[in-house]
Parts: sequence; C-alpha cells; structure tokens
Amino acid sequence: MATLPAANPPSRNRTKVLRWTLPLAVFLVIVAFLFVGLFRDPREVPSPLIGKPAPAFALPKLHEPQQKLTTADMRGQVWLLNVWASWCVSCRVEHPLLVDLAKANLVTVVGLNYKDEPKDGLAWLAERGDPYKTSIVDRDGRVGIDFGVYGVPETFVIDKTGVIRYKQIGPLTAEALNDTILPLVRKLQAS
Amino acid sequence: MMGMLVALLFAASTAFAATADPALDARLKSLESELRCLVCQNQTLAESNAPLAEDLRREVRELALSGKNDDEIRAYLVARYGDFVLYKPPVEPVTYLLWFGPFLLLAAGAAIWFALLRRRAAMAESTREPPDATTTPAGELARARAILDE
Repeated sequence: MATLPAANPPSRNRTKVLRWTLPLAVFLVIVAFLFVGLFRDPREVPSPLIGKPAPAFALPKLHEPQQKLTTADMRGQVWLLNVWASWCVSCRVEHPLLVDLAKANLVTVVGLNYKDEPKDGLAWLAERGDPYKTSIVDRDGRVGIDFGVYGVPETFVIDKTGVIRYKQIGPLTAEALNDTILPLVRKLQAS
Repeated sequence: MMGMLVALLFAASTAFAATADPALDARLKSLESELRCLVCQNQTLAESNAPLAEDLRREVRELALSGKNDDEIRAYLVARYGDFVLYKPPVEPVTYLLWFGPFLLLAAGAAIWFALLRRRAAMAESTREPPDATTTPAGELARARAILDE
C-alpha cells in the first residue's frame, strides 16, 4: 500500500482493497460451506431420539410368535437393536459382521424384522445364520416409525436404562463397529 | 382364481376409499404437502410412492381421525424424524440465520448502495470547478475587452 501514489486519498485506497477482498471473502465462505458439504451424506437424517428413552413396544418374537418381547424386558443391559428385513439388500452386506459380533459375545443384539413376511425372515436367518438373541416382528412398520426408521438397515445402541445412545443409519461397517459402536457399548456396560 | 382377484381388487378399492370425507381428505392433502418424505427426500409425503410414505400417510390419517390437530400430527412426526420432515422449518435460534439471513443480506446490500451513492455525490461535489472570475459571463466579457484593447 505504501507504494501507491500519495495522490490517492486513504478512503479510496480502502475502497480499492475492499473491491477485491470482499468478493474473495464471500467466495472463500462459499467454498468452505461447499467443501464441508462434500463429505456429508444428505441421506443421513440426524435422529431426534438420541438421548431419549427408546419407544415402548411389545412385539411377537419371530421364532415364537405366541411370545412377546417388550422394551422393559431389556432393562438393565446394554443392547443393540438392529432393523433388518429379508427384502433388504444392504442387510446382506452387514450380516456377516453381525454373525461375527454374536460369536464374540460382546453385546446382546435384538433384531427388528421390519415389514417382512415372517416365513421369509425365518428362511433368511436359516440360510445366513442368526446373530440375534431374538428377533421381533414388526409387520406393519409401526414400531419402526416410533424409532424413526426410514431406511433398512439401521442399528440403535440402547443403554441399561433404556435410553437410545447412538444410531447407525445404513449397513454396519467394521470401522463403525470397532471405532464407534463397540467402544460406546463398553463404556455403557462399565457405567 | 379370477374370483379371488376380483375380491382383492374390490378390497383394495374400498381400502383406498376408507373415508368418504372430502374435508378430511383436503386437510390431510394440505398437511402432507408440507411434510417431507424421508426416503425420496425431495418429495412431499403427499406425492411420494415410497412404502414408508404410505405408512406415514396411514399414521397421519389415523391420528387425524383420532382427533389430533395439525400441530399435534406435526409434533408426532418431528419427535420421530426431527425437523427434517418439515418443509417449513420452525423459527428458533438455530434457524434464525435461515429465516432472517436473506433480509440481512438485503439490508447489507442497501447499506453498501447508499454508501456508494453518497460517496459518488460527495466526489461530484468536490471535482466541480469553483466559479471562477474568468468563466462567469461578466468575466468573459472583461477578458474579451482586455484582448480587444491590446
């Protein structure tokens, strides 16, 4: 600035600087927003249920339809609720991980068989292995709606007092399990 | 087989005409038009054919039939899916920028515009030639005389 001719009054210098810094600043702000947006998945809708008690349900078990499982039955333990269906393609992707998790016996996993034919669900489990302590049947998807399910698979982490602590939208991955879900489960189990 | 098909079709058509209540239909239509379908996110609940949208329309209808008003139905969906289901987000501190941002930009633009206008006017004022003895008609005349008198 000092090299500019002294003939320019200071206010005109300021205008000249503003003329290119202002658009540049606006441009950088837009770039920053778009850049962050690149790494966000617009399909992932944050759940308002995190930190709230899991919705109450009483649903028949897939294997013993005359018996029901309720939210209260799960009190006192940390558990995962995995929403699945035989018609769901990405459930096939995450299923081996759930089977491994069941073998490792780290946490109780309950399956919510969502909008499925029980016989299709049973055949699916018979074919691929059943990682669930129990699966419950949500034929008309009402409990799914109570849990804010909008795409299958989804997995909820629920603590000993029945509060939802985390929601995984879409198929589980080894990273999501090892980096987020299992550390959280361990922490909740210890508390 | 044919009889079964006819029976099925009949059942389906009666299911769709579950309520013969045009006022309720119109109310639900307008309510569903401002709710977002979670699956196909750029469609409203009213126009989406996704299975979840059908289920949610069923829930909305049942809530309406049980006497819930529009705000209560909206609250029911927001409790499950968050503000995302609303095409018209609520006015609250996190959405102030969204609601009032455009007016802020308009005000900023107007402020810059007025500042520029004033500066331009000031500049025009300062560069205008001051009235000079030689440029006034009387001065010109005097100058002409002086030249002629030489």
